[in-house]
Amino acid sequence: MLQLVEKEPHQRREWMRLLARAPLEMLESWHAAAEPPAHSWLRRPETGLAMVRARAGGTGEKFNLGEITLTRCVLRLESGECGVAYVQGRSHRKAELAALADAMLQSARGRHTRENLVAPLRERLERQAATLQRKAQATRVEFFTLAREAGE
Amino acid sequence: MSAIDLAAVLPGFDDPAFGSQAAFRAALQALSRPGTIVECERAAYSLGLALLDQDTRVWLSPAARSLGASLRFHTGCPLVDDVADADYMFVGAASEMPALERLALGSDEAPHRSATLIVEVDELSVHDGWTLSGPGISGTARLSVPALGAAFLAEWQANARRFPRGVDLFLCCGGRLCGLPRTTRIEG
Repeated sequence: MLQLVEKEPHQRREWMRLLARAPLEMLESWHAAAEPPAHSWLRRPETGLAMVRARAGGTGEKFNLGEITLTRCVLRLESGECGVAYVQGRSHRKAELAALADAMLQSARGRHTRENLVAPLRERLERQAATLQRKAQATRVEFFTLAREAGE
Repeated sequence: MSAIDLAAVLPGFDDPAFGSQAAFRAALQALSRPGTIVECERAAYSLGLALLDQDTRVWLSPAARSLGASLRFHTGCPLVDDVADADYMFVGAASEMPALERLALGSDEAPHRSATLIVEVDELSVHDGWTLSGPGISGTARLSVPALGAAFLAEWQANARRFPRGVDLFLCCGGRLCGLPRTTRIEG
């Protein structure tokens, strides 16, 4: 796996996580407003498979859950910042826009992207997760086991 | 695994399939016709992009270190510190040539497991200098590499005597490429 040299690893990890799951229309509308500088490719978008690993209950042994389709790319802005994207699915455009957003977030003009893409994106994904959790909770069934009393 | 500094990474081929095919074709042409110059854009770097992958161990001379991040990024090749462990060697200046007998020479059963050197030189000409002969050369050919002197010539003659073992060499001069396979005999 590619490891990257970075200045603010925690912040960057956070926005990479969000960008990887960003819907295309949000990225497109951000792109239209942000007008990022021209870029050149270090690695053109390419689609492949990645194995998703999981732990049951968060504590069990790691196991291979299954493979997902992944598209990645790396680009460099004219101003020198490098943007990396690993996004789920086969959309090359989505990977390109996510990498552009990553590069812009590292640049001096990062604030616009933080306010107009990352913040609404975080809100939207949190809302989605909350909805999903509420729906799941509605179907929750509690199982009780009654132990037989001794002597009867 | 150490981190790759993306700021130091050079762009790869514009089109990975056609680019690496063209570089491979140039390498083939250069090795099958020793003593001729083959055009190949960014020759040393292109050879690296075309020939390396996760299974080829690479050694870089001090002057070629700047290629390290790019080659690692585009090909995933591991870098090694000891010349004896390397499958491919990038030598950035002729003065940094490692001693040929210390390199992986292959065995009589598996002569293909030997090292390949990719040497960047600042001058390459086919009009004077050494006299080359051997497979792929009709009669004799000329090659002049001012950076490589008599010490290299002696090492190369020892390399030829080990046949079928021995190393192969690519000489790169910007966008020009010349191959010296182990079968080529050089007279000073």
